[in-house]
Amino acid sequence: MSSYSSMELMICLASRYLEDDSIVVVGTGASCAAAMLAQKTRAPKLLIMFEAGGIGPQLPSMPLSAGDSRTHYRGLMAATLPEIMETCQRGMVDYAFLGGDQIDMYGNMNSTTIGDYLEPRARLTGSGAANDLASLCWHTMMITIHNKERFTNEISFITTPGYLDGRGSREAAGLPAESGPFKIITDLAVLGFDLLSGRIQVESVHPGITREEIRAQTGFELLWQPDCFTSAAPSDEELDILRNEVDPGRYLVGQAPLLGLEN
Amino acid sequence: MAPTVDFHQSGDRDVQYVKAGKRRLFVNPDADAARKVFRRKSRRMVDKTTTVKEAVSRLIHDGDYVASGGFGSNRVPVAVMHEIVRQQKRNLCFSGQTSTHILQILVAGKCIRACDAAYVVGQEVRGISQVCRRAFESGEIETTEWTSAALAWRYKAAAMGLSFLPIRSMLGTDTLKQSAAMELDCPFTGKKYAVVPALYPDVAVIHVHRSDIYGNCQIEGIGVSDYDLARAAKKLIITAETLIGNEEIRLRPEHTAIPYYLVDAVIEVPFGAYPSNMAYCYFADEEHLQDWLEAEKGEETLLKFLDKNIYRCKNHWNYLLVNGGLERLNQLRQKEHFADRS
Repeated sequence: MSSYSSMELMICLASRYLEDDSIVVVGTGASCAAAMLAQKTRAPKLLIMFEAGGIGPQLPSMPLSAGDSRTHYRGLMAATLPEIMETCQRGMVDYAFLGGDQIDMYGNMNSTTIGDYLEPRARLTGSGAANDLASLCWHTMMITIHNKERFTNEISFITTPGYLDGRGSREAAGLPAESGPFKIITDLAVLGFDLLSGRIQVESVHPGITREEIRAQTGFELLWQPDCFTSAAPSDEELDILRNEVDPGRYLVGQAPLLGLEN
Repeated sequence: MAPTVDFHQSGDRDVQYVKAGKRRLFVNPDADAARKVFRRKSRRMVDKTTTVKEAVSRLIHDGDYVASGGFGSNRVPVAVMHEIVRQQKRNLCFSGQTSTHILQILVAGKCIRACDAAYVVGQEVRGISQVCRRAFESGEIETTEWTSAALAWRYKAAAMGLSFLPIRSMLGTDTLKQSAAMELDCPFTGKKYAVVPALYPDVAVIHVHRSDIYGNCQIEGIGVSDYDLARAAKKLIITAETLIGNEEIRLRPEHTAIPYYLVDAVIEVPFGAYPSNMAYCYFADEEHLQDWLEAEKGEETLLKFLDKNIYRCKNHWNYLLVNGGLERLNQLRQKEHFADRS
């Protein structure tokens, strides 16, 4: 088996959750690569959407912006931002990938401010469409690095809803029933959510990683799925397609530092 | 100071709501107030062509609420934004929906005092704008939080001639608490919604592919939120890559994205979205956008950069020239069509 980077492992794992004949909203970078890889392997009819309006492109290369002309290159439709968001709100979008700077044990995310809102220690980007996608799509996913600063219950601002205070609280807040966080793919593990509590639980541990390492890099108590297993490494076929068809320009290598990865 | 009114405390509201965001509304959502403005708006189909300088001087005033078309670094009206900086417009309120480069320009020019924030200091994969970050962290710019869809639907509410719309995002989060949205129970189903106030900007600026002299416009590629924004804005400035004849508009009326009666000024500005991406015309100038981010790291380097690219430029042609002129633009055109040889 070939050697692979953390980034390549995360993309391959994420791609395997995307079912054929479903709809996914992606961003730039790793999430877009995961959807493209899924299309070229087990989900050829997966429909890709971008938040600014691109629908069903035949992506010639990775877009640099969620609104650039690559996002509708030879696409099915060049639509609008409200068209995409309203499709999510109608319940037709199965998966969406999100970004966030901090994540708590219910999968709530912060990308707005660190510290007090009015006198922040740091101002971050804000929701963008993250809150909308996390509120309105059936299954939300995330690809991120795993460390204590990122996985913490000390989040100063909930920008984007996970399971809020636990299962049931999304519905109580008025969010659409049965929607919510699905998987978080990190460089150490695949995390899912406990059915009863809505808390993050480890579903699989990446090859070569120990449970102690994952605990040490998480700022809150983790649940462990009883049949927690070892994540399946990328196959040679997946790596070949990822390197030669999805990202021949090696764009993702440049993205790794943004995720905090050495690669 | 800007004539920003706190509409939440204006006393003329009598609405039953469960919870409300704590932050201020920067523009009046009242539909009848908007109707008064639209009643007076000219319906004359006359030649509206002018210069960027004249349009900015005549249509944008200190304290105005300004919104930009396009998305991030794609089809954004750069030529007009540079002119706003050159004319030193002050205390503007801004709709920070997907804004990366436009906000960067206006904050560097010290034009903004308040911002509806959905996506603000980031530049997508390029990184963070240090100038924007400092301005937002210091409290120099007052913010109210929203999401990309919330701002799109605020434009839509205004485009529909309403004062609010119910939406299903923002609920349960601090994004709602630090917004000026409210919660309301559906009168039919009893289900809880967030309700967002209509956003009627004083001025919107949109860069399009083609317009006739009256302001009938065609847009290619994604529309982002521009169809609703064009209808929500009290005044609308259009820059166009190319002016076309009215007979060309009439050949394919289904391609008209913006009809003339919404438009107050039309300016033909080829490459008017440079350094952003214009679908089917030219790709973004990534190197120049990186230069912006680099220049922002020091006060002196920024001033020098702004001097070269904005203050010393008479117009957009000058700006294009100091950044490589036709040769550079041709490279970006080739890049858009995957024919880049550079």
